[in-house]
Amino acid sequence: METVTLLQSAFDLVLGVALLWLVWQALASPDLFRAIVLFIASGLLMALVWVRLDAPDIALAEAAIGAGLTGALLLVALARLESGNETKISHKNDNEVEAPGVAEKRVPFRWLLVTLLLFLAVGLGYAVLSLPAQSPGLSDYVTQNIKISGVSNPVTAVLLNFRGYDTLLEMAVLLLALLGVWSLSAATEQREASPGPVLDMLSRLLVPLLILVAGYLLWAGAHAPGGAFQAGAVLGAAGVLLLLTGWRPGASFSGLPLRITLVMGLGVFIAVGIVLMLTGRRLLEYPASFAGMLILLIEAAATLSIGITLAALFLGSRPGTGANR
Amino acid sequence: MSLTEILTFILLTAGALFFLAGTVGLLRFPDVYTRLHALTKADNVGLGLVVAGLALQAESWAAAGKLLLIWVLVLLAGASVAHLVAVAARQRGIKAWKQ
Amino acid sequence: MEILYSAMALFLLLTLVAGLWRVLRGPTAADRMLAAQLFGTTAVACVLLLAQAIDSPPLRDVALVLALLAAVTAVAFVRRAWLPVDQNHVAD
Repeated sequence: METVTLLQSAFDLVLGVALLWLVWQALASPDLFRAIVLFIASGLLMALVWVRLDAPDIALAEAAIGAGLTGALLLVALARLESGNETKISHKNDNEVEAPGVAEKRVPFRWLLVTLLLFLAVGLGYAVLSLPAQSPGLSDYVTQNIKISGVSNPVTAVLLNFRGYDTLLEMAVLLLALLGVWSLSAATEQREASPGPVLDMLSRLLVPLLILVAGYLLWAGAHAPGGAFQAGAVLGAAGVLLLLTGWRPGASFSGLPLRITLVMGLGVFIAVGIVLMLTGRRLLEYPASFAGMLILLIEAAATLSIGITLAALFLGSRPGTGANR
Repeated sequence: MSLTEILTFILLTAGALFFLAGTVGLLRFPDVYTRLHALTKADNVGLGLVVAGLALQAESWAAAGKLLLIWVLVLLAGASVAHLVAVAARQRGIKAWKQ
Repeated sequence: MEILYSAMALFLLLTLVAGLWRVLRGPTAADRMLAAQLFGTTAVACVLLLAQAIDSPPLRDVALVLALLAAVTAVAFVRRAWLPVDQNHVAD
């Protein structure tokens, strides 16, 4: 085998084994904080996996959402859990040993689980191994029709044009998730410690840069890896960083304008679909000459909405509209 | 091999050594503060050397510029985060290792 | 040249795996988070090397996003998740 292929195969092997081991450790760790850090590390390795699988768009999304934002979300969630229970984070419970009596009651159940999981693993392995080696799927159709899609990046063409309906529903799901979180509690008057000079400087430099990168990813999504979700995730990270420095949106923004921005992505998507139907086409069937522009419009609105939704999810509670500020 | 290729080889190998040093430091040093020190060396110098080596082989000035931007970013973020973590560690009473 | 990039990427990945021990060991929360920071930087270097090895410039954007988001996650840790538990650990 060529040296390069050998090296890359070795890379893939180490990556795969390390990822499996990491995920197992994360699941089996009795210390929640350790589990979260392991999860973040596995997100990083997952991004590397997508890079090796030649999927830069997904790698971008994984880097932004999987390794970064979800990690931050989990950390904050753990902090809220801990402060609610007044329990210490235990750092020494590396080898938790169960009482023998408890363990024995569960043994038959465990063996059943192991057998079922083994069957599942064997079945999955068989299914994967019996796939044809080269299976282009629908990529030929996509390549043939890319010219009428309005963009030149096939991933964006599929997400925003050929399967635009799925993306519309995904935006609705994100909005529903936020509604669910908001229905849990209203904002408490929590005083955040003032950011020191270092954090202040860092946020002043990083937040505009994050917004810039989000705009770049949005624009580049038409012809290179990128797109609305990746850009929205980076924008969400900008929002998260702002929130971490103690900044809160002003009361005038937290009411209607915030809610309008949140539904804007989904709203524009639906509006475009309806207008197209009114002009005689099917839902989300873009005319070839306008397709590029429409996709950019939808993606821009979606980026803004996704970014603000993610930041709002990070904040957690429903922001006050002025009454309780 | 041309001159740039030799140069890239040297820079990349040096960068790899710094990354190794950073990891060894992370594993072997006795407390948070010293580990932070090791970590930032890998961040700054290690990545800097790797970026320098790759920038020599980049296909355009824009690409080299992007590589440089990534390095400056990691530099900035790494140093700031190291400071924040060290200050917070002090506040929480984590004592420095004394011989 | 690709041999060099691939070999270096493999080497960096191995150092990353070695660093996992620190995440498992601790003992303080900062130690674990530090290790995650190092992983982030190592992953950035790996992605940049792979981008050069397979000649795929868009991968550099992945490295950029990784670097940015690693910073945000670290700040989230310092500001929110690190509870003021009394930890007077002197040595490892």
